[in-house]
Amino acid sequence: MHIQSVIPHVAEGVSLLYSDYPLLIREDFADFHVRITRPRGIRRWLRPQALFMCDTISAFKPLPLAQAFPMLEWGLNWCVSGHAHRYLMIHAAVAEKDGRAMIMPAPPGSGKSTLCAGLISRGWRLLSDEMALVRLDDGAIVPHPRPVSLKNASIDIIKNFAPESIFSAPVTDTIKGTVAHMKPSRESVLRMQESALPAWVVFPKYEAGAALQMSAIPPARAFLRIADNAFNYSILGRAGFEAVACLVDQVKCYDFTYSILDDAIVAFDRL
Amino acid sequence: MRLTGCNPWMSFVQPDLLLLKILHEPRAAASLSLKDWDLLIRQARQFDLLGRIGALLEECELLEVVPTQPREHLLWGRVAAQRHELAVHAEIAHVQKALDSVGVPVILLKGAAYAIAKLPPAGGRFFSDIDILVPKESLNAVEAALLMHGWTASHHDAYDEHYYRAWMHELPPMQHVKRMTVIDVHHAIVPQTAPVQPDPIKLRAAARSIEGFANLLVLGPADMVLHSAVHLFHDGEFDHGLRDLVDIDALLRHFGSRSEFWNELVQRAEEMQLSRPLFYALRYAERFLKTPVPTSARQAANAAKPNPLLLHCMDALFRRGIVGGGAWNPEHPALLSHFLLYVRANALRMPPLLLARHLFHKAFLSPRKE
Repeated sequence: MHIQSVIPHVAEGVSLLYSDYPLLIREDFADFHVRITRPRGIRRWLRPQALFMCDTISAFKPLPLAQAFPMLEWGLNWCVSGHAHRYLMIHAAVAEKDGRAMIMPAPPGSGKSTLCAGLISRGWRLLSDEMALVRLDDGAIVPHPRPVSLKNASIDIIKNFAPESIFSAPVTDTIKGTVAHMKPSRESVLRMQESALPAWVVFPKYEAGAALQMSAIPPARAFLRIADNAFNYSILGRAGFEAVACLVDQVKCYDFTYSILDDAIVAFDRL
Repeated sequence: MRLTGCNPWMSFVQPDLLLLKILHEPRAAASLSLKDWDLLIRQARQFDLLGRIGALLEECELLEVVPTQPREHLLWGRVAAQRHELAVHAEIAHVQKALDSVGVPVILLKGAAYAIAKLPPAGGRFFSDIDILVPKESLNAVEAALLMHGWTASHHDAYDEHYYRAWMHELPPMQHVKRMTVIDVHHAIVPQTAPVQPDPIKLRAAARSIEGFANLLVLGPADMVLHSAVHLFHDGEFDHGLRDLVDIDALLRHFGSRSEFWNELVQRAEEMQLSRPLFYALRYAERFLKTPVPTSARQAANAAKPNPLLLHCMDALFRRGIVGGGAWNPEHPALLSHFLLYVRANALRMPPLLLARHLFHKAFLSPRKE
């Protein structure tokens, strides 16, 4: 990844959260060349903005300048989800323990990132916060460990839960509310070449005050819900169908409702 | 990950595009360095030709020698291209079914034609609309049949309706309500208001049937090249300029292996009043993609050469239009050329007074798009 920006927040965010990543100083090839710029024109002075570009393609409309770093993160997600069609890409957080991966697909607001941040603060390895990359050849999950995106109340919950964790400065008033990114552990970054086999698919749902509940889902139902959450299910065609079928055959699928993070993690450790 | 400060960004668009070299000489890919690959993948993606490069390398059985990282990008593109091909065939089947009851021959144009007739430009080529050509007198019946099968006019105001129906060579684009696919229904290949009028009856008379598809046709070889040329050199949109030139190159290489083709092409251009766009097509295909054009054909096409001053200007404009990058990028230096080409295309489309009226309406009366 080749990143270019004149905006200080972007450099600060990258140096804080990506410090464990290998640098490509001597490498000749980057998968994507992206930049966060400040669009020209009168708005530059009145209402400064940031614009994400992947070479000549601008994937999104410009956002207020203060949102430049979250925009970089969203842009990098777009680079992967819009191109990497040798994987089945599921909108999900993925964590691994003892070589077994847990996939947590869920729409925004379901608490998947909170759960993921909690797990990786308690000994699980982060494979991905935003998308599960299921390799089509063998069904293994290929890690894509990038900062965990936390929103609104989740930010303080995780800061209290794991006081040693490192966060980017919270950015308010984004389309998702207040957003802050949590640095992945050094171990999960160093082991990013190490794939893992999927063992569970858990559909999390945070519900204030709810009792912990984990109920098995029949495979056919799980199939449809996984396909629904996949970015490129229709592009992959038959290969996508086969990848989801193979995944459902390999894993146990649950619906999971929780309100207390500690209890949730104990339940996951017991699986 | 690599971080750099601000430096001249667009420097990766070299005047001598590496992409052009690989397009006309795919075997040269075997000796590219990783740094070259970095540049090639970026250029190919910018010009929407990544699928094309992948298809060319696969044809030459060179995919295996590509280093792992760039090969991954080519394979990603191949998945998307395969999916696109399936979708195009499915969509054509829908169109065929919808128009079956109308009972008129339907000629597929451009991307859809290349795909269904399995012609060389189809490999790894992406496009968004299906274009068809039907007799003008059947337009109403065709439109009604498409409406019955779920295509609707995609929100145009009354002026746009008038613009298309009175002056253009096609109906306003229609979009399918469920599949969101777009179809352009043409009755000619240039606007009704243009000074040259290639006769659609002649086009239809020379159209070829496609095995296995009743009622679906494609243009004859010479007409297919001429349509591609008039589309590229008379329309104002150069977002896909290089891709369109790549189509022309692939068609010329394919049909041109039969030596009589070249003579037919030049004569047909004259008959259809399209000698000028053919001149440009041969000139720039040869220049940018090293298309093998026989000397006799080039000399015959040169009869339609513009005066030296105009040619000099057109060379500069088309160079930027075709290999200068996309007009979608507001910071891009090719913006002025794209604007001039747009103005030229409008001038070729309508007589001056009508054009003035149209541009006035578009500028001051049409509702603004957000």
